[in-house]
Amino acid sequence: MPELPLEGIRVIGIENNWAGPHCTQLLGDLGAEVVKVESRYHWERVSRGALARPSKLLLDNMPAWQGGYPNGEPGQRPWNRPPAYNRCLASKRSMTVDMTRPEGLEIFKRLVMITDVVVENNAYGVLEKLGITYEMLKEQRPDIIYCRMPGFGKSGPYAQRRALGTHIAAQTGDTLLRWYPEVDLMMSQMRFHSDTTGALSAVFSVMAALHHRRKTGEGQLIEIGQAENVLPGYIQAIMDYTLNGREIAPTGNRDYYGHAPCGVYRCKGEDRWVAIHVTSEAQWKGLCRAMGGPAWTGEERFSDGLCRFRNQDDLDPLIEEWTTVHDHYALTYLLQKEGVPAGPVMDARDCYNDPHLKERDFFEPLTQEDCGTHLYPTVPWKFTKTPLHLRLPPCRFGGDNEYVYKTLLGVNDEEYARLEEAGHIGMDFVPEIP
Amino acid sequence: MLTEALSDLKILDLTQYIAGPYCTKMLADYGAQVLKIERPGTGDGSRSLGPFQGDEPHPEKSGVFFFLNCNKKGITLNLKDPLGRKIFLDLVKEVDVLVESYRPGTMARFGLDYESLTRIHPGLVMASISNFGQTGPYKDFTATDLILTAMGNEMYSHGLPELPPLKNPLTRDLMAMGGSAATGIMGAFYGARWKGTAQHVDISIMEGLLAAIDYRMAALTAYQYSGRVNDRIPFGGSVASGSMPCKDGYVEMVTGKLNLPRLIEMIGDERLKDPEFLEQDIFLTKPERLEEFNAVLYEWLAERTKMELDKLFTEWKLQASPHATPAEVVDDPHFRQRGCFVEVDHPIMGRVEVPGRPFIMEKTPWQMKTPAPLLGQHNGEVYGKMGFSAQDLVMLKQQGVI
Repeated sequence: MPELPLEGIRVIGIENNWAGPHCTQLLGDLGAEVVKVESRYHWERVSRGALARPSKLLLDNMPAWQGGYPNGEPGQRPWNRPPAYNRCLASKRSMTVDMTRPEGLEIFKRLVMITDVVVENNAYGVLEKLGITYEMLKEQRPDIIYCRMPGFGKSGPYAQRRALGTHIAAQTGDTLLRWYPEVDLMMSQMRFHSDTTGALSAVFSVMAALHHRRKTGEGQLIEIGQAENVLPGYIQAIMDYTLNGREIAPTGNRDYYGHAPCGVYRCKGEDRWVAIHVTSEAQWKGLCRAMGGPAWTGEERFSDGLCRFRNQDDLDPLIEEWTTVHDHYALTYLLQKEGVPAGPVMDARDCYNDPHLKERDFFEPLTQEDCGTHLYPTVPWKFTKTPLHLRLPPCRFGGDNEYVYKTLLGVNDEEYARLEEAGHIGMDFVPEIP
Repeated sequence: MLTEALSDLKILDLTQYIAGPYCTKMLADYGAQVLKIERPGTGDGSRSLGPFQGDEPHPEKSGVFFFLNCNKKGITLNLKDPLGRKIFLDLVKEVDVLVESYRPGTMARFGLDYESLTRIHPGLVMASISNFGQTGPYKDFTATDLILTAMGNEMYSHGLPELPPLKNPLTRDLMAMGGSAATGIMGAFYGARWKGTAQHVDISIMEGLLAAIDYRMAALTAYQYSGRVNDRIPFGGSVASGSMPCKDGYVEMVTGKLNLPRLIEMIGDERLKDPEFLEQDIFLTKPERLEEFNAVLYEWLAERTKMELDKLFTEWKLQASPHATPAEVVDDPHFRQRGCFVEVDHPIMGRVEVPGRPFIMEKTPWQMKTPAPLLGQHNGEVYGKMGFSAQDLVMLKQQGVI
């Protein structure tokens, strides 16, 4: 098979949470060799679980996305088993080093010398405190590409905020526009959309920079301010304000563009839903046919698109009377046959059982020593000649120390043993870390 | 003239609406030469999407179309016409990448599938963006942002248990998938240019959402690992975390066990200084203590504004970000100072303000060069270069070719 696009490129990730790790995971999937730099002395928040050593009680009481460790158990090395992070830990290697000590920073510098790209998404000032700056990186590798992903950017009034995705969501108006209009915002839930857009923009910009470097020999500094990077997603809200001075209100599941019906409807079974979104007269007729042409669909108050939009509160329960006795997948096929946009609201179990995703080979098996073998979502784009896959299982903390130190950095056995003794090298966090 | 990273990348763009055009916009914004082909007469479907300037539903006054199509040249061309297809073949020979977002099978029906095109242009990279991909039982399904979010994203566990699952705002997910497509295409172009492998890329919006992060990735892995399905959960149970009401609105806080001591110190209220509050798992074993804690916290927050809290929390290396309305986002001093909005002059709308650079590249910066094209604006220029005279273009227009 011909080479992957980024084969021959080496990337360092000094990363946490999702944005940085997903970026470097995708670079790894595209063919780069990625080294994740970690430390036994430093628990990087929200990167390998909520805690390094959570209790089973804690896991059981967390929502599934955080607490669903393999078989519900923390395990011997819980930091190698977190469901919320493990997919992002795939396609890369992990090494440990204590960069707060001069000899640790020297090791890091030696790694930078043989690296093309450094990616980081740390809080303001964290890396500077360690002595890691763009200037320092350029000293080791003049054409280095340095991709930084600060929450609010490196400048401006919010630069020093220690932002997580949910703070960005708040400040960019996502939460307010996202939440149910009729429910107090106090009850809103977190979502971390800026991590997705940040990671994808970072991968895009790193490749654009690599392309520029191939042409000119020049590296560069990239700054992905995750908050500003997300703004295009709310374009209707932004443009209504810049063009017309108007602020739009949240619409819940209803359509900003005034189409109806638009929403989710209860189906047979426990908490099963089908999403239906009619955007034309033809689709409305299709829906009526699918429902068997009940008399109420002929009423004046539902006779055109505008009426239906205005009478949604009456329309929705009538549709739900019909959907509630049917299976959500069966309804999807039935409605799609009539040309109506419809789809099941798919939970994780639905995804793994889905016939379309099975045929598309969407889930890939990865075997990792502390977790076992599981199916993970693959890379989002299907390349026909150089198919992209998750190339390595979720990296274990310090799992590649030997490879990085001995093979990449040329450290001999004696020196390796000394560094291990000194605490740089290992596969466990120091006992002080909870 | 500023250097552009992608100045040597030529793209022929057949996409419309939101995801495809945002994809080609990202490439154009960093230097790619994008030639946008629109259907004669109506053009890109997003010309019919508001908000419209002055609420006037005019094909040259759509705010969404405008934002998505700056930095692109625009021509009209009818691919259903045999001469239209001949012209298309001449155009495609000149580009590095073709991006299309038709229903699967459409390009093949035109005789413009990847095999056919690579016979005349072996080095072509082609990207097909569709809702569900080019293959599979759902490939002919029709979908909107709601449907794609319901199937691809973690909608199921978004919202409250006693209410229906909740979608994401506006067309946010489609825009993000446009960004994902741009990234995939960048990889394919890089591979073609530097590894010599031109190929077809099949981009499914549903799969892009499933392969992204946020709760979806975590929920999928958790199910595989533990059999637990991520659900809509009742409100409550977190200490000092979530959307917290304050004097003039809401702030977003995430405290967690490790930051709790610092939060308690900052608030300084004696009632919070009980060492039991810091015990591991205390709020699970004694939920009434959580209510007690949060009651004191809400009281304290109610006396302070969003901005006061933001400043104080930042000083203490904690986080409390204000919840912003759309106006507050556009007027935000931080985004303004960072130059996140730009003004563009448009022949019909006049001066329009749009979101500017999404991220900063030091040596090859983002640039706003030209406004979105009027429908068919570059027909004269592009077809003229191909040897068509003005009279030819009149005939082609009358025959419905352009």
